[in-house]
Amino acid sequence: MIHTLESVIREHPFFQDFPEKHLSFITGCAKNVQFPEKHFIFLEGDPADEFYFIRGGMVSIEMVIPHLGATTVQTVGEGEILGWSWVSPPYRWHFNAKTLKRTRALVFDAKCLRAKCEEDHDLGFEMLKRFASVITSRLDATRLQLLDIYGHND
Amino acid sequence: MATMIENGVPQGLNADPMIPQLYRIDRVRDETDDTFTLSLVPENGEAKISFLPGQFNMLYVFGTGEVPISISGNPATTSVLEHTTRSVGIVTKAMGLLKPGDRIGVRGPFGSHWPLNEENGRDFVIISGGIGLAPLRPVLYYLMAQREKYRKIVLLYGARAPEDILFKKELERWRGKFDLEVQVTVDRAASGWRGNVGVVTPLVARAPFDPSNTVALLCGPEVMMRFAVMELQKRGVPHDRMYLSMERNMRCALGYCGHCQYGPGFVCKDGPVYRFDQIAFVFGKAEV
Amino acid sequence: MTPKAPRFSNCLVLSPQQLDELLQVLTKQDYEVLGPTVREGAVVYDHVSSTKDLPAGWTDEQSGGKYRLKRREDNALFGFVVGAHSWKKFVFPPTMRLWQAHRSDGLFQIVPETRKATKFAFIGVRACELHALSIQDKVFLEGPYVDPVYKLHRENIFIVAVDCVQAGGTCFCTSMNTGPKATAGFDLALTEVLHEGRHHFIVRIGTRVGADLMSQVAHEEATPADVEVAENLVAEAAKHMGRSLDVSGIKELLYRNIEHVRWDQVADRCLSCSNCTMVCPTCFCSTVEDLTDLSGQQAERWRKWDSCFTTDFSYIHGSSVRSTPRSKYRQWMMHKLAYWIDQFGTSGCVGCGRCITWCPVGIDITEEARVIREGETLASTAG
Repeated sequence: MIHTLESVIREHPFFQDFPEKHLSFITGCAKNVQFPEKHFIFLEGDPADEFYFIRGGMVSIEMVIPHLGATTVQTVGEGEILGWSWVSPPYRWHFNAKTLKRTRALVFDAKCLRAKCEEDHDLGFEMLKRFASVITSRLDATRLQLLDIYGHND
Repeated sequence: MATMIENGVPQGLNADPMIPQLYRIDRVRDETDDTFTLSLVPENGEAKISFLPGQFNMLYVFGTGEVPISISGNPATTSVLEHTTRSVGIVTKAMGLLKPGDRIGVRGPFGSHWPLNEENGRDFVIISGGIGLAPLRPVLYYLMAQREKYRKIVLLYGARAPEDILFKKELERWRGKFDLEVQVTVDRAASGWRGNVGVVTPLVARAPFDPSNTVALLCGPEVMMRFAVMELQKRGVPHDRMYLSMERNMRCALGYCGHCQYGPGFVCKDGPVYRFDQIAFVFGKAEV
Repeated sequence: MTPKAPRFSNCLVLSPQQLDELLQVLTKQDYEVLGPTVREGAVVYDHVSSTKDLPAGWTDEQSGGKYRLKRREDNALFGFVVGAHSWKKFVFPPTMRLWQAHRSDGLFQIVPETRKATKFAFIGVRACELHALSIQDKVFLEGPYVDPVYKLHRENIFIVAVDCVQAGGTCFCTSMNTGPKATAGFDLALTEVLHEGRHHFIVRIGTRVGADLMSQVAHEEATPADVEVAENLVAEAAKHMGRSLDVSGIKELLYRNIEHVRWDQVADRCLSCSNCTMVCPTCFCSTVEDLTDLSGQQAERWRKWDSCFTTDFSYIHGSSVRSTPRSKYRQWMMHKLAYWIDQFGTSGCVGCGRCITWCPVGIDITEEARVIREGETLASTAG
């Protein structure tokens, strides 16, 4: 069965209950993309003009830290969203994103989407609502990581 | 599975259930820098070991004290008893110094068990964190031994760092040999780690199981289980198909010292394995 | 009059002198006779060898955080209610060695204790205390494991119960359906009557053993009038309870109010001193201590009373689950009135009032329950 771009987007949990009238615009902003292993999808400081739905593979969100080198703080896998720095100024990535294995994704043109969201606040709100929930989940997970729950407690 | 247990009460125990049986250390294996597995054999050569996955024993180190440790071995093995524990307090630290040939006291097995016999034909999603994989290892042995009775089996395991992952060899073996999906994640990566980094909960959101026909078994730090339960709820797994292993301070494991009380139950006899709907109203409540 | 084995249905009468003879018979039959006696300004349970050891002419004044003995105008032997001691200390000893272990050549052996059954005779057990004993029976004898020491001691107790003919200042047995009249669990039950110049005890027989004992002591048959006087005294006592507790739906009430603001308010007063658990006749928590001698070759395991108010009672993984007075008081009270019902099928509280009397700040379990019940609409502190 061929999954058209539209059907993949329509069925993705992120777009559940998304208003029909915006779906074709969104589909127009998206395209399939593939990355080989150990590929930098974006680098810290680059302009954040896209975001990604990961369809397969794994991406490491990493920082380069003096004395430690490149350190993965989280990985993003199949079914998850990569990148939200496109939402607010200065629209720059805060981390590196590097594939750990061959990765397939849908890439969305965030620059175009941002402009449209400024024009059409309904669309803007629908997108922000959903990104807010992505960010909350990521924040919850990060907090749990910080708690160091498996750590040595005395 | 042959057992000598009726209703979780071991048969043939001394008249005084506070007196330990004597066992001998057969092997000590270091799993990580603070976690080790003891293999024990009964001093009474005729005694057969029998337990249900999820149960625990009270292990006594001469003169030091006694602590509850989950049984982490293969329930089909009747000659050796295995316990995996972290070295965190006075008794477990003393236990970590024991050598093959040393004697140790064992009382048990106590407590409730994971619901394995009753759940044929379902998907199993096993969510574990840190040392929580130890009480679940008997489940994996059991499920693998009768693989055809179950549908999908998914193991999600979170550890602090790659060097803290338990039972690496066995995980690899099961992943390779059997139809078992294993996803491991670490809170903090070491260089060279090519796997998931982050907590177990996002894995729950994405794991390939059918929420309408799944049994979820959870064991790990309470906060991890809380968030994992939320993810399972989001996916529509009903409360009476989620099972959690709880822990509390224990002194007697017989239901009288009162220390292990958790709401209206005693973890030593109503638990440690609880079906979630039984504890839903106190679970996650601070200081209950 | 030649005593003969009395029928169960008849009430008998004993004079104080005859009661004394009953105690002598028990002693001669090798019972360890225990009963109330005055020591250091309080009524305690200890060995009594005759009625002279009983608190004749004493009564107690009790209220929140207060206990005083006062002289009565008559010479009643049981003219008080309950003191800090409860009968649990005889069947569930405050400290007890469980076993010893000896190590040689690196290996150890366990040496169990040899225990002898003691024949206790409890004199003056109140109705609430009979219920407390049966509640502890459920814990130690009717669970998946039987405590062998409790069983050993419990099987041989001869119980002489006493109905209360006055209610104590902190009593609420009528609310808990546990008194003031002893209805079951005794060998003999006495109602002490001081009326129109007479002083005697109306005796009800509870068991064959009780009947046998009565047949060895001079006694008379009670007249219906005598019995009526006794029953009226007890009925009067039931009307003058110092406290009351509405137990209707209390389990569900407390389950609904786990986060009620009242827990914070009582926490401001509670010292976590654990007096309530020590004096409560049903509290059963204990701890286990493993000790060695200096040589490190001899070890012992002891069991000791413990309290859910102690700091490390709920210690696990580096800290205590319940570390605040709020959570500890809530645990104690919810266990007593709510969780206990799910655990053992009855309330854990018998309405004896000891926890109120012996709390240094006078925290009153009946008041706490009432405030929660009345204030269910109060905003909870759940955040």
